[in-house]
Amino acid sequence: MVSPKSVRRIILDQSRRANVGHIGSCLCVVEILSALYGTILRRKSIDDPDRDRFILSKGHAGLALYAVLALTGDLMPQDLDTFCGDDSVLGVHPEAIVPGVDFSTGSLGHGLSIATGAALAAKMRRSERRVFCLMSDAECNEGAIWEAAMFASHHKLDNLHAIIDWNSQQAMGRTRDVLDDSNLRERWASFGWRVSEVDGHSLADLVRALSEPSTLQAPHLVLARTVFGRGVSFMEEGRSIAHANLPIHPINWHYLPMSAGEYQAALDELESSR
Amino acid sequence: MALEPFRERFADRFVNVGVAEQNMIGIATGLAESGFIPFVYSIATFASLRAFEFIRNGPVLHNLPVRIVGVGMGFEYGHAGPTHHAVEDVSVMRTLPGLAIVIPADSAQTSNAVRQTHAVPGPVYYSLGKDDHIRVPGLNGNFELGKLQVIRSGGSVAIVAMGSVSQEAAAAAEELDRQGVRASVAILSNFSPDPERDLVALLSRVRQAITVEAQTVSGGLGAFVASAIASNGLTCRLQMLAVRTSPDGSSGSNTNRWRKYGLDRTSIVATVLASTCAAEQ
Repeated sequence: MVSPKSVRRIILDQSRRANVGHIGSCLCVVEILSALYGTILRRKSIDDPDRDRFILSKGHAGLALYAVLALTGDLMPQDLDTFCGDDSVLGVHPEAIVPGVDFSTGSLGHGLSIATGAALAAKMRRSERRVFCLMSDAECNEGAIWEAAMFASHHKLDNLHAIIDWNSQQAMGRTRDVLDDSNLRERWASFGWRVSEVDGHSLADLVRALSEPSTLQAPHLVLARTVFGRGVSFMEEGRSIAHANLPIHPINWHYLPMSAGEYQAALDELESSR
Repeated sequence: MALEPFRERFADRFVNVGVAEQNMIGIATGLAESGFIPFVYSIATFASLRAFEFIRNGPVLHNLPVRIVGVGMGFEYGHAGPTHHAVEDVSVMRTLPGLAIVIPADSAQTSNAVRQTHAVPGPVYYSLGKDDHIRVPGLNGNFELGKLQVIRSGGSVAIVAMGSVSQEAAAAAEELDRQGVRASVAILSNFSPDPERDLVALLSRVRQAITVEAQTVSGGLGAFVASAIASNGLTCRLQMLAVRTSPDGSSGSNTNRWRKYGLDRTSIVATVLASTCAAEQ
């Protein structure tokens, strides 16, 4: 059973055990991945050629995907303990060799092109399968995203669903200060996409947006408003307990691993949540 | 007219991605994962260099049968200028283990090479010529993955050439023959698998090796031959005829560029004569 709370628990446990960062990026996509793997994706088996495909284009949230795959049974719980270990296939960024991972990612801006090709392939094969691609908002800085966006709408790939984790953070700052993306909705709509905007932490909203039928023959973009570090207050606020002198900024939790104290505080908050 | 006949015959299998090489490779990756064998095509510089990281993280990382076809090897785009001269594509693609590289020397060999490699399991990069008047005498279209094509044997000098400039190597050997100097000529038409065994067999019989390629000197044919000589403990001396300077703003026909960069038959003859002369002293 893929529940956001259990996904978050795995993210905290494993990032603490492996002493790695990207925790904020993982925590903010928990509901998106839970909606996909809990409800939306049609997968009879992980190698069924007609299964829906998913590509985690923001590969740095790989741990969130592993957590979900452990809860769906694609990964064994003990596999998780190899995360970021030597010779492990579970690195920070996901590799297609991992059971349940359709495509390797890690370099931003690649996923939508691959997803577009997979969606085109489904159309050419007259398969009902759909393709889902999770990107970050700052990833839309990459020009290749817009090459794929143009192609997908021109070819009316209505079996393609891209989701943007709109957390408004990127390396070294807020997206509005780096390359202002406050008009993402208008940009994607002008490229011919059907655009939905949802609360990225509401399972019900995500499931509704990803499953509502459309008569438009257009690829679908879900703008999912998210909070970086969701579920752990000090991360949402951008504070580090262990590094009290660090200026307060949400992006701190793009990089920082948790101290023992921070892990305990995060866990306490998670356990007391609903 | 390059793709129009295909488009007319197989309209449902022809996709024009527009001016977007990165996306072209990404889409091909998605298609290949679904069981297709996509052939993607652009001018060699754009197909290889513009899309390099997409090639690396897509077909190569996933080991998918994408065929990347770069047209206009070396200086074949002539007057179009340096932006269109593919003098690094083979070197750059050689940095990706798992990517087979096919560099036919003329159109007969291209036809045979494509027939032999279109169905291999992993990704392939084709660096193709666009001048179908080029012909390498003695090659007769022969091609085999992992093999060197020796089109002339004997002598204490071996000329190893790659791509359409092989025509100049063959012509140089004929001219040398007329001057009483015998030289072997071998055409290297593919990497990964590298034709190292054939190369070592050839070079262990000569004192001088000359490589000829319309590529920059690092990473291509010359670098491969140098590495094979060193790692196999061969004793022949190597001279690499390749592009060694950055573009100077000038442009010219393919043959003009071969002359400018010292890759034409006259330059090859002069190099061989100077090297054999030096060896005798």
